[in-house]
Amino acid sequence: MLAGVLVVGTVGFLMATGIKETGVYYVTPSELAAKVSADASFHDVGVKMGAKVVPGTIQRDVATQTITFDVTDGQATYPVVYRGLAPDTFTDDVEVVVEGRLQPDGTFRATTLLAKCGSRYEAVPEA
Amino acid sequence: MTVLGQLALWLALLLGVWGAVVGYLGGRRGDLALIQSARRTSYALAGILTVAVVALLTALVKNDFNVAYVASYSSRNLPLAYKLSALYGGQSGSLLFWAFVLSLFAAAAQWLTARRYAYLLPYAAAVTSVVTAFFVAVALFAANPFERLDFIPMDGRGLNPQLQNPGMVIHPPMLYLGYISITIPFAFAVAALFTRRLDVGWLHAIRKWTLLSWVFLSVGITLGMWWAYVELGWGGYWAWDPVENASFLPWLTMTAFLHSVMIQEKRGMLKRWNVILVGVSFALSIFGTFITRSGIISSVHSFTQSSVGYFFLAFLISGGLFMAWLTWSRWELLQTEARLESAVSREASFFFNNLLLVGMAFSVLWGTMFPIISELVRGTQVTVGPPFFNQVNIPIGLALLALTGIGPLIAWRRASPQNLQRHFLVPVALAALVALGLVAIRLSDFYAGVALTLAAFVTGTIVQEFVRGTGARHRLHGENYALAFARLVGRNRRRYGGYIVHLGIVTYFVAFTGQAFNQNLEASLKPGESVTMRSAYGDEYTFTHVGVSQYEALNRFVSAASVDVARNGQRVGVLTSEKRQHVDSFGRPSFEPSTEAAIRSTLREDLYVIYAGAVNGTEEAVYRFTINPLVAWVWIGGAILVFGGMITLWPGGGPSERSIQRGMEGYQAKLPAAGVGV
Repeated sequence: MLAGVLVVGTVGFLMATGIKETGVYYVTPSELAAKVSADASFHDVGVKMGAKVVPGTIQRDVATQTITFDVTDGQATYPVVYRGLAPDTFTDDVEVVVEGRLQPDGTFRATTLLAKCGSRYEAVPEA
Repeated sequence: MTVLGQLALWLALLLGVWGAVVGYLGGRRGDLALIQSARRTSYALAGILTVAVVALLTALVKNDFNVAYVASYSSRNLPLAYKLSALYGGQSGSLLFWAFVLSLFAAAAQWLTARRYAYLLPYAAAVTSVVTAFFVAVALFAANPFERLDFIPMDGRGLNPQLQNPGMVIHPPMLYLGYISITIPFAFAVAALFTRRLDVGWLHAIRKWTLLSWVFLSVGITLGMWWAYVELGWGGYWAWDPVENASFLPWLTMTAFLHSVMIQEKRGMLKRWNVILVGVSFALSIFGTFITRSGIISSVHSFTQSSVGYFFLAFLISGGLFMAWLTWSRWELLQTEARLESAVSREASFFFNNLLLVGMAFSVLWGTMFPIISELVRGTQVTVGPPFFNQVNIPIGLALLALTGIGPLIAWRRASPQNLQRHFLVPVALAALVALGLVAIRLSDFYAGVALTLAAFVTGTIVQEFVRGTGARHRLHGENYALAFARLVGRNRRRYGGYIVHLGIVTYFVAFTGQAFNQNLEASLKPGESVTMRSAYGDEYTFTHVGVSQYEALNRFVSAASVDVARNGQRVGVLTSEKRQHVDSFGRPSFEPSTEAAIRSTLREDLYVIYAGAVNGTEEAVYRFTINPLVAWVWIGGAILVFGGMITLWPGGGPSERSIQRGMEGYQAKLPAAGVGV
C-alpha cells in the first residue's frame, strides 16, 4: 500500500515538474501583443505562436538557410525569422506554429517551424 | 453499386439495433430463440457490411468519380494497391472500414467462443451490435462514403502522396484492427457484469482476444513509427504528436490489462480493476478516434474537422456513464478474494507494473490534453511537447523495464531470500558487468546507460529461464536439448511466448537508447563539395554532393539529389533523396511537394539523408544529414514481439480444467454471501 502511494506520488511529481519545466504558452499574435504590452519581461519567455502566414512575405536566403516571413491572426502581425529547413507543407497562406522568443526589436526568432496542414489525410479543398 | 452500398448501410443500422435488442432480451430471459437470433444477427452484420465494403472498393477501382469519396481520395493514375487502400484513406471510408472489421470480429467471437462460455454470448452480441450500429450511423448521418456529386469530375484529386507508401497501406488497418478488437474483451466484460457471473470465466473466454488486440496495436504503432520515419522526413520515428499518443494510450492500458488478468486468474484479486481497465481501454480507443477527427487538439496529423467529433464525444460520454453504472451496480460481486501479503512478491510486482502503466497513460493523456485543460483553468493555452513526455516517461519506462525482469520470476505471495538469490543472482551480475563496461567506455547519456544495464538484466532472466527449463526437460525426460527446448515452449506457450514478447520489448528499449546519440548536420553543397560528420561510434562519414537530376515518373515529377558516402575514407555507396511533385492525369500539380528520404540502414546505425531543395535552379543542393544509431532494432523488436505473440496465440493450449474448476469454486462460494441465486 505504502509502496503504491510512493509510485503514484512519484508519477505525480514527475508530471508536475515536467509541466513546470517544459510547458510553453500557446498564443495567437494578438495574445502575444497583449502579454508583451502588459509585461515587458515576456520577451524572455519562450512561446509557441499559431498564426497564418501572410501570402507573399516568405523570403528564403539559401546561403544562410534563413527563412523570413510575416504571420498574422488578422489583428496583430509579427515578422518571423527562422533558420533551418522548412517542412514541405510550408507554403503561402498556410497555418504555422512557430516556437521561439519575441526579440526586443519586435521580430520573432523561431527555433521550430511546423506547418499545419489539414491535408495530411484529406485532399486540399479547391479554393 | 453505391445504391447497393447505401442500402447495405441502412440494413446494417437496422440489424445493429435488432442485435442489441434481441441480444439483451435473450441474455436476460434465457430465451433460446432470441439468443439464436442475436448470434445470427452478428453473422448477418458481417455479411451486409462486406457488401458495403465491396461496393465502395468497386467504385474506387472503376474510377467512379461521381462518388464524392472516390473523387476525393483516388485518381486515374493511382496504382491499384493505393486505390484499394483509399478505402480507409479518408474519413467516411475509414468509418465504414471500422464497422466492417468490428462486425467480422464480432461474428468470429460468436463462432469461436467455447460452449462453456456461451452464457456470455448474447450480451456480447448486444454490445458489438450497438458499437457497429454506432459506426454505421456516423457514416450514414455525418460522413457518408456513398454520397454522389451532382456532376462527374474528369479525374479524382488523388491520394495524399504521404499515404502512397507500402507502410501506409498496412499501418492504418493494423492500428484499426488493434483498436477495434478491444471491443471484444470489452463486450465480454459487459456481458459478465450483466450475467453477474464475475468469476474468471470471462477472462478465459477473451484471453486470446486480449492478446490479439495487443499484438495488432503493437504492430500498428510500430508500422506507424516506420512510416513516419521513412515518409515524413524529419529523421525520427516518434514525436509525441497527439495522434501518436492516441494510439499509445490504449496500448498502455491493454498492456496493464494483459498482466492484471493473470493476478485475477491465479489469486482472485484485482477484479474491479480489471473491469475498469478494459472499459478504459475501450474508451481510449474511441477517444483516440475522437481527438484525431474533432480537431480539438491541434496536431499535424488531423483529419479535416467535421461534425463526426460530436458523435464520438456523445458516444464516449454515454458509454462511460453506462459502464460506470453497470460496474457500480455489481460492485459487491467484484470483491477481491485475497489480499496483498508482501511488497516483495509476484502480485506486488504486477501491481506496480499496472500502477506504472496506468500512470504513464495518465501522464500521456494529461500532456496531450494540457492545452485544453490549461485554457479551461488558467485562460491561456499552455502546451507541452516531447521534453515533457520524455522527462516523465523515460523514468517510468525504465522502472517498467526493471519489472519486466522481476515480475515473471519472483515468487507468489512472499518471496524468500532463497527465491531471490536463485532467480536474480546471475542476471544482476550480468547487469553489473554491462554497467561497468558502459562506465569504462564513458557512455555520455545517463538514461541510456541505465536502459542498457536493465536490458542486460532482463535478457539475463529470460535466457536463464529458457536454459533452466530446457535443462530440466533434458534431465527428466531424457530428451535432447533441441527437442527439450521445442517442447518446453510448445507445452507452456503462454509463458514462453510471453518471455519472447518481453525480449521484443527489451529490444525496443535498446533501440530507443540510440536516440540519445543522434547526429544532425544541415549543409548547402555545390556538386563535388562535401561535408564530414562523426557518428556516435566515432566513425568519420564524408558526404559528397554528386548532382541533381530531374525526371517524370508514373504520377509525379521528381527532382533527385545524390551524395556519395564514405566511412573513414572507404566508399560506402550513393544515397539518393527525392523531392516529388505529384500531378494528376492532366499533368497539373496536386498536393504540396513531398520529400523522399534516402536511408541506408544497418544494425549499427542508419544514415538518413534529406534533400531539401536546389538553390535557385542550380545544382547546388540543400541537405540534412542524420546519423541515427540503432534504429533498425525498433523494427527487429517489433518482429520479435509479433513472433512471441504468435506462439502464445497459436490455437489450443487453453486454460486447464483444473484452473477453470478452481475459478468456479471461488466464485460459487461467494454467490450466496452476495445474496444472489445461481
